[in-house]
Amino acid sequence: MGSKPAWAEMGLTAEEYSRICDLLGREPNYLETGLFAVLWSEHCAYKNSKPVLRLFPTTGPRVIQGPGENAGIVDIGDGQAVVFKMESHNHPSAIEPYQGAATGVGGIVRDIFTMGARPIASLNSLRFGSLDNARVRYLCSGVVAGIAGYGNCIGIPTVGGEVFFHPSYTENPLVNAMCVGLVDHKDIRLGRAAGVGNLVMLVGARTGRDGIHGCTFASEELSVESEQRRPAVQVGDPFMEKLLIEACLEVIRGNYIVGIQDLGAAGLTSSSAEMAGRAGTGIELDVSLVPRREKGMTPYEVMLSESQERMLLVLEPDKEEPVRKIFEKWGLEAVVIGRVTGDGIYRVRDGETVVAEVPVKALTDGAPVYHRRGREPAYYREKKIQPVDTVPVPEDLGQVLLQLLADPNIASKEWVYRQYDHMVMTNTVVRPGADAAVLRVKGTGKGIALTTDGNSRYCYLDPYRGGMAAVAEAARNLSCVGAEPIGLTDCLNFGNPEKPEIFWQFEEAVKGMSEACRALEIPVVSGNVSFYNETEGEAIYPTPVVGMVGLLQDIARRCTPDFKDPGDKILLLGGFSPELGASEYLALVHKIEAGRVPAVDLDLEKRVQACCRSLVRKGLVKSAHDCSEGGLAVALAECSINGNVGALLEVEIEGRPDTFLFGEVHSCIVITCAPRRLAQVEAEARDKGIPCRLLGEVGGERLVIREPGGRVLIDQPVGEMRRVWQESIGNCF
Amino acid sequence: MKFGVVVFPGSNCDMDCYHVIDRVLGHPVEYIWHREQSLAGYDCVILPGGFSYGDYLRTGAIARFAPLMEAVSTFAAAGGLVLGICNGFQILLEAGLLPGAMRRNDSLQFRCHDVYLRVENANTPFTNRYRPGQVIRMPIAHGEGNYYADPKTLAELNREQRVIFRYCTAEGEIAPEANPNGSLENIAGICNREGNVLGLMPHPERCSEEILGYDDGKFLFLSILHWWGLKREREVVARG
Repeated sequence: MGSKPAWAEMGLTAEEYSRICDLLGREPNYLETGLFAVLWSEHCAYKNSKPVLRLFPTTGPRVIQGPGENAGIVDIGDGQAVVFKMESHNHPSAIEPYQGAATGVGGIVRDIFTMGARPIASLNSLRFGSLDNARVRYLCSGVVAGIAGYGNCIGIPTVGGEVFFHPSYTENPLVNAMCVGLVDHKDIRLGRAAGVGNLVMLVGARTGRDGIHGCTFASEELSVESEQRRPAVQVGDPFMEKLLIEACLEVIRGNYIVGIQDLGAAGLTSSSAEMAGRAGTGIELDVSLVPRREKGMTPYEVMLSESQERMLLVLEPDKEEPVRKIFEKWGLEAVVIGRVTGDGIYRVRDGETVVAEVPVKALTDGAPVYHRRGREPAYYREKKIQPVDTVPVPEDLGQVLLQLLADPNIASKEWVYRQYDHMVMTNTVVRPGADAAVLRVKGTGKGIALTTDGNSRYCYLDPYRGGMAAVAEAARNLSCVGAEPIGLTDCLNFGNPEKPEIFWQFEEAVKGMSEACRALEIPVVSGNVSFYNETEGEAIYPTPVVGMVGLLQDIARRCTPDFKDPGDKILLLGGFSPELGASEYLALVHKIEAGRVPAVDLDLEKRVQACCRSLVRKGLVKSAHDCSEGGLAVALAECSINGNVGALLEVEIEGRPDTFLFGEVHSCIVITCAPRRLAQVEAEARDKGIPCRLLGEVGGERLVIREPGGRVLIDQPVGEMRRVWQESIGNCF
Repeated sequence: MKFGVVVFPGSNCDMDCYHVIDRVLGHPVEYIWHREQSLAGYDCVILPGGFSYGDYLRTGAIARFAPLMEAVSTFAAAGGLVLGICNGFQILLEAGLLPGAMRRNDSLQFRCHDVYLRVENANTPFTNRYRPGQVIRMPIAHGEGNYYADPKTLAELNREQRVIFRYCTAEGEIAPEANPNGSLENIAGICNREGNVLGLMPHPERCSEEILGYDDGKFLFLSILHWWGLKREREVVARG
């Protein structure tokens, strides 16, 4: 420590430092070096990921704003649009779970209302180590409490998400937060510092020393020294955020401002530089005008502070008074700290003294782009060809089903979501626990469906297929509730991209995701990359998480997974060819994580989803639930548990019974319909060339799966299945 | 009948209550900013859920000092209807308009899910459209709903039939397993002696439309309208 030059301490490489000197024609001073270090960090500049991210399709007839702004915007008709994005807060949560997760929620919510949208829902995708580890339980309960503490206070319902457990996340949990907002087209605002002479106003919380270099911290691996990074974790104030939401929406709707952006990673530095960069202007700030909560802060500390709940506004000079009045009404400070200039220079003053002066474009577009080369890791081929169907078939398959239902990866997540207010705003029509959450859009007949998905075991064993699967499953979940997928956001969590094997995982996963997006015609409109998720050199499983938004034209025609009425026919829509490879069953029961990851037939997938949506829209089906972790048997058990009714299924089994029951497969949806609708449903599937197989019917108090006239594979009381499924996670604490 | 929905800076169920009065019941309603000092012209005032002033100290502890709360006391003393939901209930306790106090849930966690309630007194302005003893469903969403009152107050509440709702099982049994937060005697809602001020932890505004699953909460609002209609009739008769 101490022997390294300042630029190296701040995370810049020697090449990057010399590039800065070239761009400036001189050596940068300490503050300028800090500005470059944060804006050129992976977190802000995407210098390692940019060339790969170009693979994503980002346009479509509904896309109003693609990647590059604070969030993506997709049209939903009637002059309305949805605004959404997902972002990681992994490293802060590993060190300080409550505040790390809380400020993750706060940050993503600001990204949404900064576009002029009223946030209407939050989701989160969480990954932890195994719950038998005490520290993991501390991280898990802290993260959930942090999300609850922040989200509940600001009055935005947390309506969905996912939680998975795997030892690769023991030290490095993942906390990916997504927020969705609703906006009228006319109220959309962008993060642009346009109009020379316009004022730059800082609003919200005062600036303190918290979170300095948070984004640099996010761009390095965790180590034993990470505990010392605790001061780089910010502290959240949800009440302040709530006031900011209301005040900012009021100035936006009143048409008082030109541009607006939140202060997130790299604080004042990134928000002001990015706003000027997008508008092609210059900007001049005076740090002495920034309201502070601590004495003696240097310009460097003010510029790099990541104090939460602050926003930067750009407005015409004659709007200063009315804007200040609105913030005053909400009890918030609003201070003019600078102005927009025409010289393309990023200038920071401390009173009369100029303390930094660099070209805006050097900061925002000058970062190097690294075209890294991936290398297939040694384990990949080995695991893929490892034979897995040599494992013995368990004798008691009913017990295996109970074991799977009690597996925290499959068990009910009620312990988590009952801590989140998921009903405030009274739009939540389908609550957490279904394939996707559904919100009504008040004043219209429309609905919005939301889900997050990602299977990291698939991605570890085959990142290409795993990436594809994440997109396909998210779209399938939306289709199960009857919604048409209209846009996607992602959070790409990987290890250190400077390692060729990690970069290979990243590249393959994005390729798979992109191909699925193209085939299913779903544009990627926003996203976030989180690299360096490693502890002491061990990377997490590659974890691309997909957040997807769907549209229901008529919310009255929606569907849920639970079985409804005795006598209803149960059908399996789609091609059913389950595989043992990469399955939750294989990992849980046989302790093997290997084999071929089930492939997605994108053409079939697309048709199955369209068929399911059409059946829901026509009111022909009464329930729909996709087969995912745990296979067909778990899907059926979940339908029974949620509907509080049993089912009798008679099926011809091909091959191993455990593969048939618990093997995993894509493009498969369990649906039910009233007996009088059966012929219509079958005809509809036949017309679309989709296999549709009658499995049995709803009824009784047990889930029974048997061969025609032959042996009984599963015979479990619904009550018992519910008990193990519902209590499993809570019992770990 | 004119409703007012109080807006503290951290209220977050204000829009939900407004929506029910305006869109579901079709009655006049206005927001009332916490710095207002008069409630003239209103017939019923709703203190909605949320986190009034952040509630980092204790729920409702700061809100009781809001300029508007004095007006609420005057309004209540004059017989105006006051409905406190969740955070609104907590504020009514802190302001002394209802007796007792709230502690953190015994689980020490926030809880958001449906509960069953037994209507203990259906003879109030807020419950006359329910049957006595009726079991209804409503969602809760709170971290501090663990109601406490000293034994004397508790006895008084029971004697005067001022416990309006209790948490119960689906069958209507007042059992410990039906208590989501540790409240004394499963208390979910109480009223003042005059019966014109009700506080309850569950959210009737979240279950007033079929599309949200069920509409048991709507009958609380319909009770208010019914009671007010009868009161008007009586007034007309008295005058006539």
